[in-house]
Amino acid sequence: MSKQNETEKPRPSRRDFLKRSAAAAVGGAIASRLGELPPVRAAGSDMIKVGLIGCGQRGTGAAEDAIKAAHGVKLVAMGDVFKDHLDASLEILKKLGDKVDVPPERQFVGFGAFEKVLASDVNYVILATPPGFRPWHLKAAVEAGKHIFAEKPFAVDGSGIRTVLQVNEEAKAKGLAIGVGTQRRHQTGYLETLKRIHDGDLGQIFAARVYWNQGPIWVHEKKEGWSDMEWQLRNWYYFTWVCGDHIVEQHIHNLDVANWALGTHPIRAVGMGGRQVRTDPVYGNIYDHFAIDYEYENGARMMSMCRQIPGCENSVSEALSGTKGFCQVNKYTLTGEKSWQYSGKNNLPYVQEHTDLIAAIRAGKPYNELKECAESTLTAIMGRMAAYTGQAVTWDQALNSEENLMPAKLEWGALAVAPVAMPGKTKLV
Amino acid sequence: MKPYVETIPGTDVKFEMVPIPGGTFKMGSPANEPGRSDDEGPAHLVAIRPFWMGKYEVTWDEYDILAFSKDIYKMQEQGVNLAQQSETEKAADAVTRPTPPYTDETFGFGRKRQPVINITHHAAMEYGYWLSVKTGKTYRLPTEAEWEYACRAGTQTAYSFGDSAAKPGDYAWYLDNSTARPHPVGQKQPNPWGLYDMHGNVAEWCLDRYDKDFYSTFKPDLPAISPVLVPGKEKFPHVARGGSWDDKAARLRCAARLASSEDWILQDPQRPQSIWWLTDALFVGFRIVRPLEEKEDLKGLRSQVKKYD
Repeated sequence: MSKQNETEKPRPSRRDFLKRSAAAAVGGAIASRLGELPPVRAAGSDMIKVGLIGCGQRGTGAAEDAIKAAHGVKLVAMGDVFKDHLDASLEILKKLGDKVDVPPERQFVGFGAFEKVLASDVNYVILATPPGFRPWHLKAAVEAGKHIFAEKPFAVDGSGIRTVLQVNEEAKAKGLAIGVGTQRRHQTGYLETLKRIHDGDLGQIFAARVYWNQGPIWVHEKKEGWSDMEWQLRNWYYFTWVCGDHIVEQHIHNLDVANWALGTHPIRAVGMGGRQVRTDPVYGNIYDHFAIDYEYENGARMMSMCRQIPGCENSVSEALSGTKGFCQVNKYTLTGEKSWQYSGKNNLPYVQEHTDLIAAIRAGKPYNELKECAESTLTAIMGRMAAYTGQAVTWDQALNSEENLMPAKLEWGALAVAPVAMPGKTKLV
Repeated sequence: MKPYVETIPGTDVKFEMVPIPGGTFKMGSPANEPGRSDDEGPAHLVAIRPFWMGKYEVTWDEYDILAFSKDIYKMQEQGVNLAQQSETEKAADAVTRPTPPYTDETFGFGRKRQPVINITHHAAMEYGYWLSVKTGKTYRLPTEAEWEYACRAGTQTAYSFGDSAAKPGDYAWYLDNSTARPHPVGQKQPNPWGLYDMHGNVAEWCLDRYDKDFYSTFKPDLPAISPVLVPGKEKFPHVARGGSWDDKAARLRCAARLASSEDWILQDPQRPQSIWWLTDALFVGFRIVRPLEEKEDLKGLRSQVKKYD
């Protein structure tokens, strides 16, 4: 990193900016991208009645974020496939007092819980289940006419992405607002940095380098009395049909930043990956590392790496090289013809993403982040397919893939673990 | 008491302990000390019993063994039958490990000889507990009084190297010389008792809960014997001492007190939030002590923090 800025003036202590600025609506930056869209159905000062679908730790966090994001927000319905998850979530959320009004008749459990939440008197749903269910939940939420906050990623396969893109037109026609959980797009430091990139401070971007290399995450051994389905849903991370694998579930954040900077998605991927340390059957069928070379239409290349292995060199970051300079995006630092570092206050992006969405709903302004997140999800899926099969995969192949990982029947009972993909052998479908 | 090197059982990882003689000192700062905050007064006499202190801040090399169960994995690789280990080893294995974080816990700063950062007060307490079970000796966080006593190292100036901040750079990593990151431990000059990075690098967790008025509960001239404000169930606030790579010189003074707050974990998007990892405390780590004879009110002390309260 260039020391140019450090010698010019004293660096402010990051701790001075630890106190977050209030979640003011950052709507301007988002709205300007969405000028083409029809307005959403305005809710004025009406109560935002939230339904939470997926009551895990992120869903519980998202419900709290939505309540804190604006006045007049109340949680009124909850749904989860597991009663114990719903109960634990409600126990935590009860601390928010009268902002949480979820009596037993609005607590729904089981595979059909999402439909019951959508049928209740909610106007804003949070979709926070494991990713495999997202496309069906998004489709049902749009059909039910609800505004939506959908966590990333949007799908685990091409079929899911096609479903999501199809419902987008219906969502626009109905004036539904859709916000998504790629929170860097609402994070002050990232917004300021991307503004400068889009203003041309890097010139033309020709290379990106994005990482999500970290250690292991949680895992759940199968317990006595659990069916296969129950275990795979409680241990969801480790099954590609419900998680998408970590390149889709986690690394999407960094891929999304690159797509955001370049204003488009890659068109082709070649890569490799594997399962080298997490080999025990408790780890289902996912990989523990991926490395993908992505090509963009204009010739730009992205080197992508992600890993969930302990004891290794870690990094969660995005770097961009352009004709006029270099940007370490996650550090909000530009060097080259124009050197700059963001040193202002930081907001709370997880709350901001709801603040922006609710503000748009109330003002009847256009708001739809679905397309970008669907593209970033498919970028990750395309990379996974390239690693799993060992083949080059184009965007069209990924988008039109016949792969549909959802089990034929969603019911408690036997469910074989899908085989671990083997490059050179696993077919590209 | 002599300095010694402890090897974490079942591993190749060692850490060094430095003897700190018992004694009496004036804790807090005089009213006219530049950069002072009110919570540093009134200054009062404190008597400290002898203990050993970690020569360096705890590094990832050590903490990884707890956090990522490296000792257990190593034994599994070696084909050790975990059920047939000694009782102390089995008890140590049974200590709850930190839940793995959804991030690069090193924040890009690397691991080797790097001080642990961004772990909660609970995690630092549990590390001490686990180490105690492993070794059969009592390891824990220093009390705030023990920490300041060791930092002063027999001096009574604002810093252990003098009153002015003229040459903090020889002794400390701080805002002006750190290039915005913590550094491998032990690269600066030690203090008069042979402790490294007491000033700067990472601020260090102390056992105590933070109370800004704590010092007013003491008599100014009658030494308090090993005082401590014992931590309870609350996740915040606790004391971190010594200042860090991100601090101006005044925050590095021996008397300067830092209180943790919920701001340090504000970016955790899960509910409940982690009890092991913070999100915004890249400037906080810890070092451990071993009392020669533990005080009664600290015997068997465990963290009372629970994930679901």
